Amino acid sequence: MDVLQQFLKTFFDWQAMGQVVPQMLTVGLPNTLILAASSAVLGCFFGLILSVMGIARNSALRWISRIYTDIFRGLPAILVIVIIGIGLGPILRQATGITNPFPLAIFALTLMAAAYIGEIFRSGIQSVDRGQLEAARALGFSYGSAMLLVVIPQGIRRVLPALVNQLIALIKDSSLVYLLGVTATQREIYRVANDSAANSGNMSPLIAAGVLYLILTIPLTHLVNYMDKRMREGKAQKIEPDEAAALVGKGGQA
Amino acid sequence: MSEFKSGSLTATNIHLAFGSNKVLRGIDLHVPQGTTASVIGPSGSGKSTLLRVMNRLIEPDQGDILLDERSVLKDNPDELRRRIGMVFQQFNLFPHKTVVDNVSLSLRKIRKMPKDQAHAKAMDQLELVGLAHKADARPGNLSGGQQQRVAIARALAMEPEVMFFDEATSALDPELVKGVLALMTDLSKGGMTMVVVTHEMGFSRNVSDTVTFMDGGVVVETGSPDELFTAPKTDRLKGFLSDVL
Repeated sequence: MDVLQQFLKTFFDWQAMGQVVPQMLTVGLPNTLILAASSAVLGCFFGLILSVMGIARNSALRWISRIYTDIFRGLPAILVIVIIGIGLGPILRQATGITNPFPLAIFALTLMAAAYIGEIFRSGIQSVDRGQLEAARALGFSYGSAMLLVVIPQGIRRVLPALVNQLIALIKDSSLVYLLGVTATQREIYRVANDSAANSGNMSPLIAAGVLYLILTIPLTHLVNYMDKRMREGKAQKIEPDEAAALVGKGGQA
Repeated sequence: MSEFKSGSLTATNIHLAFGSNKVLRGIDLHVPQGTTASVIGPSGSGKSTLLRVMNRLIEPDQGDILLDERSVLKDNPDELRRRIGMVFQQFNLFPHKTVVDNVSLSLRKIRKMPKDQAHAKAMDQLELVGLAHKADARPGNLSGGQQQRVAIARALAMEPEVMFFDEATSALDPELVKGVLALMTDLSKGGMTMVVVTHEMGFSRNVSDTVTFMDGGVVVETGSPDELFTAPKTDRLKGFLSDVL
């Protein structure tokens, strides 16, 4: 019985949880969302550039995109965050006077997100039928306009589920920012829980953090599944018989 | 009686090779203003490639292309393609846009027309092909025949001087072919300059002004439909016609 009680006390101490929840929601949650959302937006922007470079006819651009992607997909997130966040911190401080670790944290998360998102976009863009580019070019669009107006929008639409997966990964990876020195108001969900757990010698705040992460990520996971399903099965389509008679009547005046 | 600002199109001595594969070996084609030229021949004879060379989707290795008797090889290829409409076997409508947006996209983005004006013009084009009531549908919800008619409206919206049809009815179910061919016939009668790559021998024979038979990257025979269909001179054309008719 002692063991069970110890277990419950360690992980499900409601009092310890109750104490940390307000801070977690008012400080941790907004900071986690800021980190995840801004690196997602920036990651999409640079990812799109990487993907377009990755399919460019210019081989130098393709190589740059390839090498970048290989490096930042191949490194552990913790390594990039520490190198960028701690390594560049003093330099940034000297150059601009900024002591807030968020810009560098977002930068590090963006570097990695861009590599993954770039690959997602590239596969989406390349899956678009060649005839789409050809038809747009035949209308007189330049390569750039044809890609921007016709090919890329279709490619991105196809990889939206994969993109949401990437957002989930970013929400989780943003917890690694706890490694950088942050002030009390800059802590994200994990750091708030971690501090509280360290103070009380109790794991319950971390369980509360886990629940909060799941509240954020599980709906997104189901959104992915829903989008996947909808894309696979498509919307119900109504195909009507051809109205050849109407055509001949109207076309006759052409 | 032409309702189109159509022009003449001439290709002379067109050569094109993909690596060691010589796809076009000295093609000459002349399409006078307001006439319809059909191009027939077995698969792989280079017909579709010829269309793509004539609007410079593929640049020729050698030869010249003249629109209204002026060489266009030194022009911006995008400018050239705005003057030549093209219709594809697989329609290639933009599935992420509505039918009317498919037609108005080039008007807004290339012709820089205001949105309502482009929309109105696109609706006119859809009216012409009998599909104004489908304006807000997605291409995926249309039958193949309807999609191809939208593709024709999309090409016509740019007011091209020449229209290319690349096996425009080959991907259609048999019962849908007629509607598209009727529309192409109307355009031809309306004075549009057209180059029609087709396996529809009926259209080639009854609608076109000239017929060109290609095989192995060269023009084997060219002339009026009567000359080619009733009195083929070469064994190759005789063989082809006995295979397809």
